[in-house]
Amino acid sequence: MRQPKIIIVGGGLAGLMATIRVAELGVPVDLFSIVPVKRSHSVCAQGGINAAKNLKGEGDSPWIHFDDTVYGGDFLANQGLVKNMCEAAPAIIDLLDRMGVMFNRTPEGLLDFRRFGGTLHHRTAFAGATTGQQLLYALDEQVRRHESIDRVNKFEGWTFLSAVLDDAGIARGICAMNLRTMDVRTFPADAVIFCTGGIGAIFGRSTNSVVCTGSAQSALFQQGAWYANGEFIQVHPTAIPGEDKCRLMSESARGEGGRVWVPKQPGDTRHAKDIPQNERFYFLEEWYPKYGNLVPRDVATRAIHKVVFELKMGLPGGPAVYLDVSHIPREVLNRKLEGILEIYEKFVGPDPREEPMKVFPAMHYTMGGLWVDNEQQATSIPGVFAAGECEYQYHGANRLGANSLVSCIYGGMIAGPSAVRYARNLEKGCESTSAEVFERERARQQDITDGLLHQQGTENPITIWRELGEVMTENCTVIRYNANIKKTVGKLAELSERYKKINLQDRTQWSNQTLNFTRELGNMLVLAQVIALGALERNETRGAHYKPEFPERDDANWLKTTLARYNLGKICLEYQPVDTSLIPPRERKYTAAS
Amino acid sequence: MPDKKIIVRVKRRQRPDEPVRWEEFELRYRPHMNVITCLRDIAERPITRDGRESSPVSYEANCLEEVCGACAMLINGQPRQACSALVDNLEQPIRLEPLSKFPLVRDLVVDRSKMFEDLKRTHCWIPIDGTYDLGEGPRMSPATQETGYPLARCISCGNCLEICPKVNEHTQFVGAAIVSQVRLFNMHPTGKLHAGERLDALMGPGGIQDCDNSQNCVKVCPKGIPLTESIAAVNGQVIRHALKTWFTGRD
Repeated sequence: MRQPKIIIVGGGLAGLMATIRVAELGVPVDLFSIVPVKRSHSVCAQGGINAAKNLKGEGDSPWIHFDDTVYGGDFLANQGLVKNMCEAAPAIIDLLDRMGVMFNRTPEGLLDFRRFGGTLHHRTAFAGATTGQQLLYALDEQVRRHESIDRVNKFEGWTFLSAVLDDAGIARGICAMNLRTMDVRTFPADAVIFCTGGIGAIFGRSTNSVVCTGSAQSALFQQGAWYANGEFIQVHPTAIPGEDKCRLMSESARGEGGRVWVPKQPGDTRHAKDIPQNERFYFLEEWYPKYGNLVPRDVATRAIHKVVFELKMGLPGGPAVYLDVSHIPREVLNRKLEGILEIYEKFVGPDPREEPMKVFPAMHYTMGGLWVDNEQQATSIPGVFAAGECEYQYHGANRLGANSLVSCIYGGMIAGPSAVRYARNLEKGCESTSAEVFERERARQQDITDGLLHQQGTENPITIWRELGEVMTENCTVIRYNANIKKTVGKLAELSERYKKINLQDRTQWSNQTLNFTRELGNMLVLAQVIALGALERNETRGAHYKPEFPERDDANWLKTTLARYNLGKICLEYQPVDTSLIPPRERKYTAAS
Repeated sequence: MPDKKIIVRVKRRQRPDEPVRWEEFELRYRPHMNVITCLRDIAERPITRDGRESSPVSYEANCLEEVCGACAMLINGQPRQACSALVDNLEQPIRLEPLSKFPLVRDLVVDRSKMFEDLKRTHCWIPIDGTYDLGEGPRMSPATQETGYPLARCISCGNCLEICPKVNEHTQFVGAAIVSQVRLFNMHPTGKLHAGERLDALMGPGGIQDCDNSQNCVKVCPKGIPLTESIAAVNGQVIRHALKTWFTGRD
């Protein structure tokens, strides 16, 4: 039997899991990543990974996990696969444990679990406050083991430019650029799995890493892949605002008992420690007595915005509220939260064990992404699969904390074998595709690169990127007004025009990071339009998508998936029904138990 | 308030075989700046202090919160992460150089693939039978977890290799990071079953005997990993392993 050829693009949790699954089937993998895979953005995930293992005698179950996830996502997720994920989650934790993840333990030597947002159960396994890093390393080590027996061939330091599509529109490989030599090359494959993560860079300063530009998804979109629910952007309630990025302060701080508050007296300039309990406004606890500080992220973020901008009760000296863990014993903090407290100390200064942290919401995650079908993680382009944050499938209108790691790994577990199955069922493998098809794509990409290198102009890519981030953060995150979104669409058109006048200021053909960034920026501008247009059309409030002019969820008109398609340079929106066959939609309200 | 300025001096080479040139940039100060924001400012306006048009500086960076390991470089002579190097705490002019113990790519970018190759050579993984469901993992005491977890936070930045006098063009020394990873896998209930393989890999050329105990590594580790403890622990394991192999002819 002919050996299938599989390419995986992206070496975060989803990509590495997919890689392991394909390699285990005895099929060799070419794994492409911009950075050495151990440096992927999954390392930034802090708080933990959800699985209803019910080790705390609370009667938790995969069904309750499923219900919390669907309810937390405001019923926009197709339910079948979410249920499968929640059922698979306990075994995923066991697998990670067997791989050697240093999860925190109970005195009995079992895995410890903590609480997270949007649930009333202790369901989150964790390794200190660097769980994503620990999971990524475990998978990285397993992939290295497969690499040592030649089942995996890594292409680190390559960036994806485009899929190679044959005349029937079937993917036959990829075109990629070497970030050192700047060589543009094609690589044949029977199936390609995309695990290219988030899109934070579109919002300038987010909690995401530098590589999270969404460039790969956007390139595929422009080649015909459908993009779903792009308008659903998660803004995390607690981050440290920074000049270069916003650093996440994990929800696990609240899971371990951290409290969010502001002084009752606006403009109170006393030191936090000097403000007595009865003069503090614990607004989440007051407004949401049942869930308290552990309401889902969209709810907490809006509450903070209300406190700061409507009630004018933010902390003096900048938009911020307190996230307070200083009442928790030092020993507990060091054992369970050290990773994030260390970040606060290093980047801000004060010791959060002693005084409350100052935090503010920041763009964090995209619920939307490449459209994939329900069972195979297959995109709308034959031969192209997707898993992890770059696809849209599991989180509906709002993701619950600690569900991203489980969805990445679960998606990768499905995508790997389904890509192999697809490849084995192909009538003709990629070797039967004519060389001309590959050369055509390579030449198209080389032309784009050469064009940028020779382009004369006055615009700077970083300047355009800063302006993109500002306008997107201002108008397409927490609160959305149609008039402002329309202005944003206009601004994006202006930036796209200015993009054509970029001067690279580096025309070399060796480790030219400006060239690569500028290519990514072009793709960011397209995906930004998908987000803005999706937000403009959806006249309701659902999960993270909040329009004061349309403050209610509108199931009659909007219980549907947004599908963006790209046609001759134009973005068209269509809609698809949502599978709500297992849990009928009900009102989403965190003031009392669901 | 008059604009406060920052001066940044960057050691540049467009290609590994080109001569070094130092360039000096003057940037506008803003609160909370770090070395990454300085490099981005240069990219936005790559004009040197003496008014000459230059090009953006190549550097590696990803997470910007000191957990990915990418942005290690020499900052005022010290190996450290650029993201957590806050301008307010740095003496000026801020001097940026690439790590010197790894092959140079361009400007501040070096090739650290040696570290990943060494992780491969020393079998730093848990050899699981497969990803199918085999039930729960082995039980572990909180004490073992609390010893192992700090070791598992190694970000492969390479700072401990950079500062180590025994990592140089004449030796193949794997460096403290790798030794510490061997300790981690050898303490895990499953990993321990294959401890011998990892120790064998540390006994050859470039192995643990190359360490001269100068103890610089632990001082530059951004994650505070007890690297010297790891070296001592693995050294003990290697000696016991060597004796056992010597006496029994097997491990």
